[in-house]
Amino acid sequence: MAEIKFTKDHEWVKLEGGVATIGITEHAQNALGDVVFVELPEAGREVAAEEAIAVVESVKAASDVYAPIAGKVVEANQALVDDPSLANSAPTAEGWFFKIEPADPAAINALMSESDYASFVDSL
Amino acid sequence: MADSTETLLETPLASLHRELGARMVPFAGYAMPVQYPAGIMAEHLATRSGAGLFDVSHMGQAELVGEGAAEALERLTPADVKILKPGRQKYGLLTTESGGVLDDFMVANLGDRLFLVLNASRKDVDCAAIEAVLPAGVRLNRLPDRALVAFQGPGAVAALATIAPDVSAMRFMDVLAVEIAGITTLVSRSGYTGEDGVEISVSAEEAEELARALLALPGAVPAGLGARDSLRLEAGLCLYGNDIDETTSPVEANLVWTIGKRRRTEWNFPGAERVREELDNGPKRLRVGILPEGRQPARGHTPIQVGGEVVGEVTSGGFGPSLNGPCAMGYVAREHAADGTALDLMVRGKASPARVAPTPFFPHRYAR
Repeated sequence: MAEIKFTKDHEWVKLEGGVATIGITEHAQNALGDVVFVELPEAGREVAAEEAIAVVESVKAASDVYAPIAGKVVEANQALVDDPSLANSAPTAEGWFFKIEPADPAAINALMSESDYASFVDSL
Repeated sequence: MADSTETLLETPLASLHRELGARMVPFAGYAMPVQYPAGIMAEHLATRSGAGLFDVSHMGQAELVGEGAAEALERLTPADVKILKPGRQKYGLLTTESGGVLDDFMVANLGDRLFLVLNASRKDVDCAAIEAVLPAGVRLNRLPDRALVAFQGPGAVAALATIAPDVSAMRFMDVLAVEIAGITTLVSRSGYTGEDGVEISVSAEEAEELARALLALPGAVPAGLGARDSLRLEAGLCLYGNDIDETTSPVEANLVWTIGKRRRTEWNFPGAERVREELDNGPKRLRVGILPEGRQPARGHTPIQVGGEVVGEVTSGGFGPSLNGPCAMGYVAREHAADGTALDLMVRGKASPARVAPTPFFPHRYAR
């Protein structure tokens, strides 16, 4: 199993076979509430680390989702576009947002571990 | 969260909200429940199908007492207050000298006095304005020791009638003193959701006991400000500070129906000159309902364009759980205000197609 890493913007990152899958955390989906719309980046787009590249809208508000690492978007989750509630029901599984081919896979190592992220959330 | 919760006021139901697991947010100086664990979507849909209980104790309650109270209030509003019969309530606007909206409010005739419900964010401004015009013999009593709850939905009145039978004979906008589970209350058959239901004024000390009695009724769920906002948006109802404020006139806001017929012959309310001019020549802009064509919500302050030109702005917008789609309202230049007009909502810099649409988006179901 690949180690899952986390960002302070409440994204999770899982590197498998040279491609990073990214979504929002359980904490994020709970804070957002019912997700009703997502806007995802197109495949092929080159993105910078910490660039806002997706939007998640709940009943109440819109929030940005950031690229945790630089690289090229290789896929966006069409199933999430069709059923945005997957972001609530399965945020770390079927509710993933997009996949990035990292410019530098080592950049992922600098992100937070699961226990670091848990402490970070507790400190909020 | 930037706001320190210590500086926020609490309503008499604060400990009940905590017990029910509410997420509290700052609103108009109060710590208020934005949602309970069920979430905004579920609370909204439960209110449309059964009954939702909302704490709206942050709103201002006051009474005007004395000979000439209605006449005194008419110095600040274009509503016909004098025509209001005992036991009846109406919605109205307080206006400014320049023809803007100072606040929107409810006024009820209780026979020996008028009862007012004011927006939380405006109650101090309103009361100062009212006190400034009161003649000798008319007194404004603010009622900070009263709580207010809204019990809304198609099942609300039937459920309430099982413990307070008198409410079933009330019609929309009737007001009546009612004993509920042994508690003295003032009930009005009205609300802010587009549904049948009641708003209940009760003493702060008995508010929690009342709320628990209502939540024990079949089909009743607690609902927060989040659901209140999506319900009122689907019902096409204005939120002060978003959709109406001191810059918007009653004509622009499409609230001319709140101006009494007699008042439109007297023209003796604040801002009458602007209102009269706009009624004669048409306002420059109008508040309209807006339905985005896709799934993407457009929030307040989203610019509205037609043919690349900015023609207005969204003032309230979001996702309508009962519509199962986005809806909004906003102001557009009058020439673009007709139902069906194509608009571009500039969401994050990109044009999202939408159309002007009649409100309410979800039909009102009042007990008329």
